[in-house]
Order: sequence, then structure tokens, then C-alpha cells
Amino acid sequence: MERIWSWLSAFGGFWYGFIFGDDWTLAATAAVGLLLTAVLNARGFVAWWLVPVLVIVAVGISLRRASRAQSRVAA
Amino acid sequence: MRAAIFITTFLASTVEVIEMVIIVVGVGATRGWRSTIVGTVAGFAVLAVLVVGLGAALVAIPIGILRLVIGTLLLVFGIQWYRKGVMRVAARGFAGIAGIPLTEEAEWTGPGMDWTAFALAFKGVLLEGLEIAIIVVSFGVAAKELGLAAVGGLSALVLIGGLGLVLRGPVRRIPRSVLQLIVGVMLTTFGTFWALEGLGVNWPAGDGAIPGLLVWYLGTALLYIGLERRRLLGFQARA
Repeated sequence: MERIWSWLSAFGGFWYGFIFGDDWTLAATAAVGLLLTAVLNARGFVAWWLVPVLVIVAVGISLRRASRAQSRVAA
Repeated sequence: MRAAIFITTFLASTVEVIEMVIIVVGVGATRGWRSTIVGTVAGFAVLAVLVVGLGAALVAIPIGILRLVIGTLLLVFGIQWYRKGVMRVAARGFAGIAGIPLTEEAEWTGPGMDWTAFALAFKGVLLEGLEIAIIVVSFGVAAKELGLAAVGGLSALVLIGGLGLVLRGPVRRIPRSVLQLIVGVMLTTFGTFWALEGLGVNWPAGDGAIPGLLVWYLGTALLYIGLERRRLLGFQARA
């Protein structure tokens, strides 16, 4: 039973790592970007640019946050 | 498009196979090869069943929904590798993982099956291989090129796996961070393209948007690497 639980938690951990990785805000931004794109597209707006821009902004913010955390640990 | 599919699945698989080889060779060298090989073969058998099952299940789904789901999955996974790749390339450049120590296990001297070696090899192959399986199958099905994607993944497995078993050192010197960044850029590109296509968005220039997205993500990755390097240099100067 313990072994099964260990495999199940490893499998769950794999999916969590696969989707959310080190920073869950990236996956959340992608989801919000896709949702907004769907809404804008349904209303007839040109929206293909939104996800590529949001992804880059989210990665930039995430890198900055990681840098600050690293600096705090080192200080 | 076909070349991009082969290259992406080959490189994505290479990144994971390097880790897989290091685990298997490490366990085999320290605990003995018989149980390690049995564990490795069992891991590959489970993976093969998963790939065939997953592939068969996915081709039955309408392409629009499939591209939205797979595109979203590749996009969120691609962004993680993209971010990791930027951070690691900025910090380590083209260095491999040769400097990272292996986890040493106690040598097995008892009779019969060494279940620790079996479990370590099985788990290593299955968990590292699961990412390869998901990337290869999702990429292949979304592009309607499952065979080509499988060839890309298998080529990496045979080439890098074989190289790793014969010559352990060179595999650890492959610049994994750079590969991770390239694959991150490619997965993010195709993930964005397919997810938005699945939503019914019309891309300007159709498939021609793919190289545009590739340049956009690669260009910004290089910019972020430059910024991270400057920050690291400043940090070292202050220390």
C-alpha cells in the first residue's frame, strides 16, 4: 500500500512539475492569455499577438523575482 | 515543418535521455548491471504501452480540440524550460552537467534480484521517459506526423543512450542547458501556434507565423540571457 501511494504521489508530482514547474504564475499567465484571446477572438478582435506578449512579460517578471530571491539568500 | 518536428522531438528527447543514461549507468556501475538492466527494460516496456495507448487515444479526438489541449500543454511546459534555459545558460553558458556529482548507492553483493537497483532504474527510465513520451506523442499527433516524431525521439534514445553506455564522460559534457533553452523556445513556439489555432484564431501568414514566433521567443531569450549575465556579473563584483 505504501509503495502504491509512493508511486501515485510521484506520478502526481510529475504532472505538477510538468505543468507548474518552478513558478506557477507562468502557467496561470498562459491560461489567462488563452482565455482573453478566446474572448477577444469571439468578439471579432485581432488577438493573435496577446499570448506571445504575455508569455514574454511573465517570463521577465519571473526571472526578476528569481534574481531578487537569489540576492536575498546570498545577502 | 517536418524538419522542425524531427529536430524538436530529437532535442527534447536528448535532454531527458541524458538524465536517464546518468541514472541507469550510475545505478548499474554501483549496484550491478543485471537488476539495473531488468529495471530499465521494464521501464521501457511500460513507456511503450503508454506511448501506443496515448497515441491511439489522442488520434480519435477532433484536431481542433486536440490542438487547443496539446498546444496549451506544450505552451505551459515550454515556458518552464524556456525560463530554466535562460537562467542556466546565463549562469553556466555551454557547460554540461559534468560538475554535478552522482548519487552514489551502496554496492549490492547479495544473491538474487537487487530490488533497489531495479526500482531506481525503472523509476529513472519511467519518469524521465514520461516527458519524452508526452512531448513526442502530443507533438506528433498535433502535427499529424506521429511516425516522424517517434523517429525523432527514438533516434535520440538510441544515439545518446548508446553513447552514454559506451562513453560516460561525453554525455555529461553535452550542453544540456543550451539544449533545454532551444527546446523551450521550440515548444513555446509550437504550443502558442497550436493553442491559438485550436481557439479558431487566424494567424497572419498561416504556417508562416511559426518562424516569426520562433524569432520572437529566441530574440527575447537572448535579451534575457544578456540581462541575467549583467546581473550575475554585478553580483560577483559586489561580493
